[in-house]
Amino acid sequence: MAVDTGVREPARVSGGEGATGHLEELRKDPIALMARVRSECGDVGVFDLAGRDVVLLSGAEANEFFFRAPEEVLDQAEAYPFMTPVFGEGVVFDASPERRREMLHNQALRDKFMRGHAATIAAEVERMVAGWDDEGEFDMLEWFAELFIYTSSACLVGKRFREQLDGRFATLFHDLEQGTDAIAYVDPYADIESFHRRDAARAQLVSLIQGIMEARAAQPPVADDERDLVDVLMSIKNPDGSDRFLPDEVTGMFISMMFAGHHTTSGTAAWTLIEWLRHPDVLARVDEELAELYRDGAEVSYQALREMPLLESSVKEALRLHPPLILLLRVAKGDLEVEGYAIHEGQMVAASPAVSNRIAEDFPDPDTFQPDRYLDPRDEDRLNPWTWIPFGAGRHRCVGQAFAMMQLKAIFSVLLLDWEFEAAQPPETYRNDHSKMVVQLQQPCVVRYRRRAVARSNSGGRD
Amino acid sequence: MRIVVDTDLCQGHGVCESEAPGVFEVGKDHRVVVLAPTPPDDRRSELEAAVRFCPTHALTLVDD
Repeated sequence: MAVDTGVREPARVSGGEGATGHLEELRKDPIALMARVRSECGDVGVFDLAGRDVVLLSGAEANEFFFRAPEEVLDQAEAYPFMTPVFGEGVVFDASPERRREMLHNQALRDKFMRGHAATIAAEVERMVAGWDDEGEFDMLEWFAELFIYTSSACLVGKRFREQLDGRFATLFHDLEQGTDAIAYVDPYADIESFHRRDAARAQLVSLIQGIMEARAAQPPVADDERDLVDVLMSIKNPDGSDRFLPDEVTGMFISMMFAGHHTTSGTAAWTLIEWLRHPDVLARVDEELAELYRDGAEVSYQALREMPLLESSVKEALRLHPPLILLLRVAKGDLEVEGYAIHEGQMVAASPAVSNRIAEDFPDPDTFQPDRYLDPRDEDRLNPWTWIPFGAGRHRCVGQAFAMMQLKAIFSVLLLDWEFEAAQPPETYRNDHSKMVVQLQQPCVVRYRRRAVARSNSGGRD
Repeated sequence: MRIVVDTDLCQGHGVCESEAPGVFEVGKDHRVVVLAPTPPDDRRSELEAAVRFCPTHALTLVDD
């Protein structure tokens, strides 16, 4: 270094001597890798992703820099090569940043639509549990994945479309989610099984949606208030009269709309339930909270928009300990500096909810499940806006957060009022599978249910 | 009493508009507009709810 400008190069984390650097470790135990970056290098450290530097930031100051940076400084588009084959070319990340913001901010997520969504979601859970006996077992990965296909398609695309879906759609969607191996950083179309399954699943989704579109084209149009997003997209024509949106593009749009809220919300529902099974004292308090709220036969669509302090805190704590996204990535569009360390143009820059959510200075006893940390006066999520980051933060914060929280409140209202749950395997054996960029529960992940002997609610009053 | 918006954080969810109608408006461009930057004191509880339930914590209430 010829002139000491005071800007230093960040330290590199140990390991990663092979040809693809830390890629293999990222595919096996990503959280251990990222935690080691923080313990060895501090707030700013580097690991090697198949020959490309990733500058991993953690702690409030570095995270604030990460989350406040505009698209023009830290770009998302190039950072997620594993998503392009899932969404399809030209769907999300090929658009301009401004257009992308618009597209991502789905109108359906606006506050004024939430009450209708809550009623829809409660009805979807009732339909799923209608298939249950008085007692039995269910696989959380499969059950929640199917439920959230129905809720998100009904709320985001429309009820008409949702009625044309069945379990097959959830299975295909699962193959898309599993097709997110970090090997995509070397080659998004590498010759591996999970990528073949991903591409086959996407092709089948396109033909499924093509079938739906062709059937509708052959039928007389429905009344305006029954139209869903498929009908709206089909009604848009090019100047020459041809269809503006073909099945491939419509499929890509629906996948991109549903993807972000699918594995994330289903994982969070499962982890909230798992933590309650590990902490029956908390679950008993949540049961009391719900019994009180629904004592007078209130409707789920009404209560799910109101406060449920302990249930919400349980969800927040499940999210802190088991964030569905463990690594958020950007690409530096110029030379930058954070906390006196240099970031160079073209380097990847990352923040990790899995690491920052467990910083002991901000979250005392960070590895323990303590929903009370969100209650007044501790308020640990609000007091740590740059390190309590299950939803990210700043301008890229998850736009579906309010929808997700409402959805979980509606679902657990229905489930906990009428059913009791217990672990069907040793509680410590529930864990995540980190072998893909999309984190999912590892099977087996079975839970036992039993219909409550005494109806705790006036269920006739709920919708 | 004065409302401060961190525009870096606002995503235009419109929760403030629901909590305190007439004080906030969120248009189709998903940007919040503060219609009444210094609202009267009798609306304090609505404003506190708007601040509290803002999904991105973009609002603060300042007493000068």
